[in-house]
Amino acid sequence: MYSEEYDVIVVGGGHAGCEAAAAAANLGSRTLLVTMNLQTIGQMSCNPAMGGVAKGQIVREIDALGGMSGIITDKTMIQFRMLNRSKGPAMWSPRAQSDRMRFAEEWRLTLERIPILDFYQDMVTGLIVDKNRVLGVRTSLGSEIKSKSVVLTNGTFLNGLIHIGEKQFGGGRAGERAAKGITEELVSLGFEAGRMKTGTPPRVDGRSLDYSKMEEQPGDEMPEKFSFSWETRPLEKQRSCHITYTSAEVHDVLRKGFDRSPMFNGQIQSTGPRYCPSIEDKINRFADKDRHQIFVEPEGWNTVEVYVNGFSTSLPDEIQSKALRMVPGFENVKIFRPGYAIEYDYFPPTQLKYTLETKLVEGLYFAGQINGTTGYEEAACQGLMAGINAHNKVHGRSEFVLEREEAYIGVLIDDLITKGTEEPYRMFTSRAEFRILLRQDNADVRLTPRAYELGLAKEDQIKRLEQKVNKVTELEKWLSHESVEPEILNPLLEAKSTSPLKQKVKLNTVLARPQIELVDLMEYQPLANYILDQGLGREEWEQVEIKEKYQGYIEKERENAKKLTRLEDLSIPEDFDYTKLKSLSYEAREKLSKVRPVTIKQAKRISGVSPSDISVLLVYMGR
Amino acid sequence: MRMEDTICALSTPQGMGAIAMIRLSGPEAFKIFNQVFTPFRKDLSLKTAPGYSMLFGKITEGNKTVDEVMAGIFRNPHSYTGEDTIEISCHGSTYIQEQILKLLIAHGARLAEPGEYTMRAFANGKMDLSQAEAVADLIASESAASHRVALQQMRGGFSEEIKVLREELINFASLVELELDFAEEDVEFADRQQLQDLLEKIKKVLKRLIDSFATGNVIKNGVPVAIVGAPNAGKSTLLNTLLNEERAIVTEVAGTTRDAIEDEISLGGIKFRFIDTAGIRETEDVVESIGIRKTFEKIEQSQVVLYLFNVESLVTLSGVEGQDFSEVIKNEINQLKAKTQGKTLLIVANKMDLVDIHSVESSLANLDADLLRISALEKTGIEELIQCLTAEVNLEALNSNQTIVTNARHYDALNKAFSDIQKVEEGLENQISGDFLAMDIREALKHLGSIIGEVETDRDILGNIFGKFCIGK
Repeated sequence: MYSEEYDVIVVGGGHAGCEAAAAAANLGSRTLLVTMNLQTIGQMSCNPAMGGVAKGQIVREIDALGGMSGIITDKTMIQFRMLNRSKGPAMWSPRAQSDRMRFAEEWRLTLERIPILDFYQDMVTGLIVDKNRVLGVRTSLGSEIKSKSVVLTNGTFLNGLIHIGEKQFGGGRAGERAAKGITEELVSLGFEAGRMKTGTPPRVDGRSLDYSKMEEQPGDEMPEKFSFSWETRPLEKQRSCHITYTSAEVHDVLRKGFDRSPMFNGQIQSTGPRYCPSIEDKINRFADKDRHQIFVEPEGWNTVEVYVNGFSTSLPDEIQSKALRMVPGFENVKIFRPGYAIEYDYFPPTQLKYTLETKLVEGLYFAGQINGTTGYEEAACQGLMAGINAHNKVHGRSEFVLEREEAYIGVLIDDLITKGTEEPYRMFTSRAEFRILLRQDNADVRLTPRAYELGLAKEDQIKRLEQKVNKVTELEKWLSHESVEPEILNPLLEAKSTSPLKQKVKLNTVLARPQIELVDLMEYQPLANYILDQGLGREEWEQVEIKEKYQGYIEKERENAKKLTRLEDLSIPEDFDYTKLKSLSYEAREKLSKVRPVTIKQAKRISGVSPSDISVLLVYMGR
Repeated sequence: MRMEDTICALSTPQGMGAIAMIRLSGPEAFKIFNQVFTPFRKDLSLKTAPGYSMLFGKITEGNKTVDEVMAGIFRNPHSYTGEDTIEISCHGSTYIQEQILKLLIAHGARLAEPGEYTMRAFANGKMDLSQAEAVADLIASESAASHRVALQQMRGGFSEEIKVLREELINFASLVELELDFAEEDVEFADRQQLQDLLEKIKKVLKRLIDSFATGNVIKNGVPVAIVGAPNAGKSTLLNTLLNEERAIVTEVAGTTRDAIEDEISLGGIKFRFIDTAGIRETEDVVESIGIRKTFEKIEQSQVVLYLFNVESLVTLSGVEGQDFSEVIKNEINQLKAKTQGKTLLIVANKMDLVDIHSVESSLANLDADLLRISALEKTGIEELIQCLTAEVNLEALNSNQTIVTNARHYDALNKAFSDIQKVEEGLENQISGDFLAMDIREALKHLGSIIGEVETDRDILGNIFGKFCIGK
């Protein structure tokens, strides 16, 4: 190729591949991105949206770490909403509708701006491996490209099989070929492979819809954004989504096609995600529900194409069409692309280390759906972590691992490599035991210093963070020194139905009341002046507000997190022989031998390993 | 396995012995112990006592003495665990052991997990590998044994009931999480009243399990019964009759039984611990008066007080110095009534075989109390007495296969879960957001999970949500 030998070759150009390539190259690795089709870099294969509950937090973390997904989302979004605003701050979750074509274009252009990153269009069909060490890749055209490390981000392409009704054909996405050869090679190297399933709904012609029969779902009045950087701005105008519903009649039509559904006639055997079920699955499993929600999402600023969220299906296309036409607003619908189900190979992620490097082959990394996950955000953050770690390994630097109490990314990777997954893994806030700490608003505080140390976050990123932290501290200080007379605030307090003041108090104690927001207190002129003078934005005073209101919970959670102490951090030697520990339960011996936990903390989370197994382990371990 | 915690546990075998040893270990060991312990020698103090020394003193709760103990002082790192450690040698009654443990827990210690001392010892580098291996075998065998014990304890499906309760709680958590993780979904969220009802239900079950610990304790350790009566009232004869064998010394000399002796007797399938006492009759004899003080201590520790008097004395002693002896008995009964609030007081007239019933009828009526009339020697009225005793235990709970908690660790976990649930309830009242409610629910689930060994909460909660609600666009 263009280099004699690359530091990092990334196979695949989806969310994982793009982040991996960008991270490795931005850190200074000579990187090559190989993909089957350079036209489809940064594709949103499913819905045109980024973020959501837990996923939005991940995008913020990626951005704080110096990844690109946040900036690209900001630049290409057509609608922004902060979900869960009425809940505690840990639940606030940014979500954006994206312009699908602009998103892909922005990724391509972003990658093209990295000089050290090369591109090549070809199908990787095999790996060059010698003595359990990866040396490069082989392509379908017969090239052998050498590299010190390889990141596989194959998405749904490995032996991808698409189902629409009784028709099935090979493909990694509708209209694109499947990738052959890699699975077989990895299995021959000793990897365990599995099969998963996912699906996607039809895309339709927006000109054929009657929006007057649907509910409008507009974006936030005061839209925010994903990236912490100054590079992007919040939206000034937005596009709305719409909501409509299926009905008993729609369900009847769909049900009549069940005998032709690959889901029910045994054609598809593999597991799909329970939280992203097909419409036929919903009708079948929740027969008592007589309607299901459908979100009608525009695919961009200008295109007429519309995404029918909630109607994922693999029924024959004529049944899809017939059923959709019974949905209010869809009476004259024209389908652009029918929905389909896809089966693909994945590799149980218990075969990985914390760095996403495989345990079997040195220098080989997996990221994204190949690890059994689902979702753009989940894929992107794995790509970022794999790209960073591949670079670090090649350059003899230490591993970059995030802890569960540090980031959703840490939770995700720890869950994957410790517990594996039986269905496509999606992030939920409830998976994070310390979610009060893992908020979207503090992702920069949590992670940017680490990214800076790594070399991925730039000077201006860390400077911006320092400024923000300073402003927040100053405002906190000011609020805790500023005394206010009862007669000034009491009218406001009474209006907000909270008890009036009896004597002079510091302003921060008023802010601690759940009924009072900082915006309310702006009626107090000195505060308004202070905020104006200091040039404080919403981002800063929101921090102060969160601290004043939720300090107790946050501290408690921090204490809980800290209790994972020395003992739990004891590391277990990589070659520890569990089979000789006869006092361990049989199940524990087997699971521990398979997962090979790095620390006691990780060992504890493996299902089937009991507290008494841990005691035995602790006692046996040499220090 | 949090090493900042200070832990305590009984280190000698469970049950009664001459002495028992309780070990307290951790960074707060001295601070906690100092709050409950006073050395007898005024010139010594816990603070200044050097390692490897012993202090003799008393453990008090408020101004009540719990026990006189020897405290072995071990200073970090020169102890088994490598931490500050105190080894408390106390008297061996299970009551005292429990009281001391409760007291230590109340002052900030927690019960040690199985094998935790050894784990700490190992973590602090107090053991090399070969030593540790030896202990590991011990722990393994111990946990196998404790597993068997746990199985035995699961009368009426203890783990089953905890499982059901945990599922209820997971159900609750799911409803809370549903609103958080799936706010966008078209599912009906639980109204607050529904959550409140579910909490009430969970609390009720927890409360019953916690309360059952008293019964559970009885099953394991026996019902403590103090036998109180004047010298020669026939206490030892009664015990012997109940025991059906002559174990205690029975003589005709009043005041022979000076020390408190415990006898375990199984009546109707229930274990009773009879504590023979010296009675409460005022006396000039120094030894006797010490006995009286002890009697009141024993009464304090008992669930049932059996007051025994000699009916004959109503005849033989009345008229002496012009008094009606039934007044003396009545006085003692009233004294006991005052001392046995919340306990059961059985008043037993013994030696009914030795008197003419008509001659004592009016004296007995004068006592103004429900009497059991027996003859310990002739074994009359014993059946009725046994019935009164067995009525003490909630046999219903036993027979109806209701869950009974007997394990102190389970009791501890249930109590913690209960207080977590109370916090959730407060949160619900204050309308705090679900993510904060979830913090306490998680703690409660963790504590319940620790009883049955199930710890994977997130997977359970999500599984529950996906099973019950139609999620997903």
